[in-house]
Amino acid sequence: MTASRPIRVLVAKPGLDGHDRGAKVVAAALRDAGMEVVYTGLHQTPEMIATAAVQEDVDVVGLSILSGAHMTLFPRVLQLLREQGRDDVLITGGGIIPQDDMDALHLQGVGKLFGPGTSTSELVRYIQDWFAQRQRQEA
Amino acid sequence: MTANGVAADRLLADFTARKPAALARAISIVENHRPGCDRLLAALHGRTGRARRIGITGPPGAGKSTLATQLVRAYRSQGLTVGVVAVDPTSTFTGGALLGDRIRMEQVALDPGVYIRSLATRGALGGLSATTREIADVMDAYGFDRVLIETVGVGQSELEVARTADSCVVVLVPESGDAIQTLKAGLMEIADIFVVNKADRPGADRLRSELKVMVQMRSSRVRRGHDESRAPRSGFAAHAHPSDAAGPPSLGDGSAWLPPVLTAAAADGTGVPELLSALDAHHEYLSASGVLVERRRARLRARVVDVVDLRVRSRLWQDPDTEAWLDTQLAALESGGTTPFDVADELLSRSARLLTGEADDLHR
Ligand SMILES: Nc1nc2c(ncn2[C@@H]2O[C@H](COP(=O)(O)OP(=O)(O)O)[C@@H](O)[C@H]2O)c(=O)[nH]1
Ligand SMILES: [Mg+2]
Repeated sequence: MTASRPIRVLVAKPGLDGHDRGAKVVAAALRDAGMEVVYTGLHQTPEMIATAAVQEDVDVVGLSILSGAHMTLFPRVLQLLREQGRDDVLITGGGIIPQDDMDALHLQGVGKLFGPGTSTSELVRYIQDWFAQRQRQEA
Repeated sequence: MTANGVAADRLLADFTARKPAALARAISIVENHRPGCDRLLAALHGRTGRARRIGITGPPGAGKSTLATQLVRAYRSQGLTVGVVAVDPTSTFTGGALLGDRIRMEQVALDPGVYIRSLATRGALGGLSATTREIADVMDAYGFDRVLIETVGVGQSELEVARTADSCVVVLVPESGDAIQTLKAGLMEIADIFVVNKADRPGADRLRSELKVMVQMRSSRVRRGHDESRAPRSGFAAHAHPSDAAGPPSLGDGSAWLPPVLTAAAADGTGVPELLSALDAHHEYLSASGVLVERRRARLRARVVDVVDLRVRSRLWQDPDTEAWLDTQLAALESGGTTPFDVADELLSRSARLLTGEADDLHR
């Protein structure tokens, strides 16, 4: 029996661009949906993101990437998590990411990515569905 | 062996090998009372008791996380490893939480000798303080030299969390002058050390003096035998506070600890060395006076009480037969044929086997 528990999510804003409004909106929306959101702030390196994700034992990592560095950042976080034995973490997020890149990242093991302007409720539902399915598999 | 048992053994092996992911998972198991929680804590019990536990509490925005980060850096420069538990209030509305303490701890985030864990205050089974204490136990067993516990000191349950530490630092800022009056009783009771933070702002010295007066009043009342109702003698505030001296705080009349009142500017590290010496002095006092042993013993005792409470509750209320039996009593209760007290007594007496755990040994 697995007791129901809140979904834990790390929300981070990697890269050098200056503001984290989008990431904060996402963090607040996930909290309002009943999730425990660990927010780490701006300018996070993949190492900082992976370390925080491991220490906080999160289920999900959500990255907001506007800098165009998604093709290096997502795979790097994924790799660092795998090195620490956390290949079960869902990595999702959003930003200005071309569909081809989304597909390529998906093949590498990154979850669904959302373009700018996606409503936060879509992300909430995606995470909830993913979590429910994983809980069923574990049961 | 069951699949659960194999997973538990692997977790314990990884934990012993000091893999951070295993520590993190162990804490989650404890936090959520997942299956295997009791067995895990039992396996770790013999490894606890080494870490010094330091609580940091105070109003939101006082600089607790900033100060915690400074303490972490100082301990790391002494070669000590540090685990941090940062407790943040959960939104009562949705049960979700936004945990932001890590933002301030970025400077130490990548240090392999530091582990930071954010904890929401959601209605943990057995209470927040019990859960926090267990998480501190897990960190202690992992081998950290220091365990810092940051809580927002507003509610009763947060004050209880602070009490699970060996030493409790209460952080206030010049702006919290007014709040002191309302927080006074609880804060006075738990504070081993006061820090007036943001000393770069006006009003820090005034708050410091006020706190010293309060500490003096309390200590003289305590010396006179806990007579809280007696009005304090006038004039003693003019005497020098023992902690006025720069060195380690004095022990008052030698039998009790007089909480020193320090000032700091956590943002730039001012006052941190003084806080470190005060913490060391407090630890010395705790060890020398036997209070440390006493507190740890009290903690272990409270632990057993908690476990009993939890087991009684879960064994009773997770038993479908008990629930069903209770439902059959409702009609008589409604009509006045029986009372809640009679039903409660009968329920307890018919649950004797259930309460000893014979019924659910298989699930553990
Ligand atoms: N002026 C001043 N600001 C500080 C000082 N220490 C912390 N702060 C600021 O106070 C705010 C809250 O700090 P934080 O550590 O998050 O407080 P917490 O809520 O008690 O954990 C942050 O903006 C800090 O930069 C200080 O000594 N002086
Ligand atoms: Mg904080």
